Amino acid sequence: MKPPSLEPPSAEPPLPAPVLDMRHVSVSYGAHVPAVLGVDLTIRPREIVGIIGESGSGKSTLAHSVLGLLPKTARMSGTRFNLAGTDILKADRTALAALRGPAAAMIFQNPMTAFSPIHTLGRQLTDLLWRDRDPSGAQKRARIVAALAEVGIPDPVGRLDAFPFQLSGGMLQRVAIAAALLMQPALLIADEPTTALDVTMEAQILHLMRSLRERAGVSILIISHHLGVIAEICDRVAVMYAGRIVEEGTVEAIFRAPRHPYTQALFACEPALVPTGMRRLPVIAGEVPRPGASLCDFASRCAVKAARCVEQAPPWTRSGEFPGHHVRCHGSALSGSPPSGRTP
Amino acid sequence: MPGFILRRTAIALAILLLVALLLFAMMHMIPGDPTVVALGPRSTPEMREAFRAMMGLDRPVLDQLGLLLVRLAQGDLGLDVWSRRPVLTMVLEVLPYTVALALASFVWALALGLVLGCVAVVHHGKWGDWLIGAVSVSFVAVPSFVVALYSLLIFAVWLNWLPAIGAGEPGDIGAQLRALILPSFAVGLGWVGYISRLVRAAMIEAMSEDYVRTLRAYGVGEGRIIYRYALKQALLAILSVIAIGFGSLLTGSIFAEIVFTRPGLGKMTYDAVISRNFPLVMGTVLVTSALYVTCMILADVVSAWLDPRVRSAI
Ligand SMILES: Nc1ncnc2c1ncn2[C@@H]1O[C@H](COP(=O)(O)OP(=O)(O)O)[C@@H](O)[C@H]1O
Ligand SMILES: [Mg+2]
Repeated sequence: MKPPSLEPPSAEPPLPAPVLDMRHVSVSYGAHVPAVLGVDLTIRPREIVGIIGESGSGKSTLAHSVLGLLPKTARMSGTRFNLAGTDILKADRTALAALRGPAAAMIFQNPMTAFSPIHTLGRQLTDLLWRDRDPSGAQKRARIVAALAEVGIPDPVGRLDAFPFQLSGGMLQRVAIAAALLMQPALLIADEPTTALDVTMEAQILHLMRSLRERAGVSILIISHHLGVIAEICDRVAVMYAGRIVEEGTVEAIFRAPRHPYTQALFACEPALVPTGMRRLPVIAGEVPRPGASLCDFASRCAVKAARCVEQAPPWTRSGEFPGHHVRCHGSALSGSPPSGRTP
Repeated sequence: MPGFILRRTAIALAILLLVALLLFAMMHMIPGDPTVVALGPRSTPEMREAFRAMMGLDRPVLDQLGLLLVRLAQGDLGLDVWSRRPVLTMVLEVLPYTVALALASFVWALALGLVLGCVAVVHHGKWGDWLIGAVSVSFVAVPSFVVALYSLLIFAVWLNWLPAIGAGEPGDIGAQLRALILPSFAVGLGWVGYISRLVRAAMIEAMSEDYVRTLRAYGVGEGRIIYRYALKQALLAILSVIAIGFGSLLTGSIFAEIVFTRPGLGKMTYDAVISRNFPLVMGTVLVTSALYVTCMILADVVSAWLDPRVRSAI
């Protein structure tokens, strides 16, 4: 028997429990240098969430923290950090190891170095399946071959005896995705999965990831500094700057009505969106500061900053007509005129 | 693969030729009359003249060099100045003792060095790592003749557990093995420290590779990562250094040979140099160099066999 609810019955069905639920998570390297600062992020089942931001803004640190892959020098804190129902902040080594793979599987930026160069792919994929107590190696083999075939690798049986250097980057990234799929993870984390690939490969890998969500029902957290990638496959986007999420919303909200001056600057710098005829690619002036350097970390580079940007920390406010669109900026919280709309 | 080995062999032969030329030049540039050194200051001019003729020293230098190279090409290392026995026979007589000592020293040093290196990596940054580091460095720092003298004193003289001198009677394998224990301990100890440091550094490098992060991201145990992945990569990385080390052991065990009165290449070379027994110097140095370059070729072949990238490229 459930206790009677005191809340009024809601019209909508309750949302399914999130796969990833982070509240005020911070990570710092060494004693004083925060790389991730007070991040709130929720990913629900079958959702594809993207993180964009300049390099050095803490995206990889955030991704690695989910799997406990941070170096020993890193310190992690937060009020809540649940992955597939397990509290990561309280998990010990064994509990963390148990999460790696089944709860969240990760694919990395450079497929050429993600596998050992001196072991066959079959050997490595078999080792990744160390949990399975299959009676025969043949059974594992069959599962691996099936997974390789599923991600579109020709001659999957032959690939088992191949070494990484014998495959192209795109093929290796497919192998990495196959490895992740073998885990049947609740969450797939992809840290710049296409940055090292050429454009055709990129499109194929993105298409593959999208179709996996449909077939395998995984949630995906994808990191990229390539806006086209994000626009192509995400449901929701978080913009990261200097360790904080400065804007978050649906793809439509972020791409049609970006509110934070940083997000707008990112769009202005995106090669695909730069008007033809412009000789040089625009860049955001200045460098990513250490988080916490001023009350708004973007103030030093912001074109529209006001006095209170360095006096008061900008609040996390709802913004615009898109549901769930939030931004951390004094200016956009008040300014009535939305910036010019863009289409992805 | 055959082409690869062939190319290495050609380089090896070129190296041996260079060694022979350098030795030849050295013998002619060393000050002093070799005949005086060889025959002693009291020798008569006639004796010296006869010696010169016997050694071919009365001919023009280029003739001498040509003759030498022709002989070497035929595998003829010449005759010993004193005994008039073939140098090759003499070298081959002591070679097994040297190879046995080098192998014994190296096998135990490699085994222990690997274990210590791996343990240090497992305890990276903790006191175990620190302790192994300190022990390894002190092993390297103590000269091998000091180890030889002390181990001789303690185990052979005081405790009388092991033979003090000699290499054991021919045919008596047990005695020969027992005679190997102290010298190989003295020779190998420094290498234990050196190899453990080498392995540790190579393993730490391997453990920082991206693929290790992949394995960790899938919860693969550290033990499997270290022993199946990092160790293989580390061994590959240090293989050529280890081969050079083994090569240098072939001559570097001279102290142990002197302290324990063992026959061996190191001692033979040393005696030959002291007595200006040039054919013997040439013979021992050339054979040592040949062993050296053979080690290098073997190391190349083994690493090509272990590393699929190299294997496919050759
Ligand atoms: N292992 C580390 N040790 C110390 N600082 C680090 C380490 N990894 C990343 N950082 C720092 O943390 C910040 C965020 O880095 P990162 O998460 O890699 O950003 P991104 O993935 O967005 O490029 C950077 O300032 C970077 O220098
Ligand atoms: Mg990154």
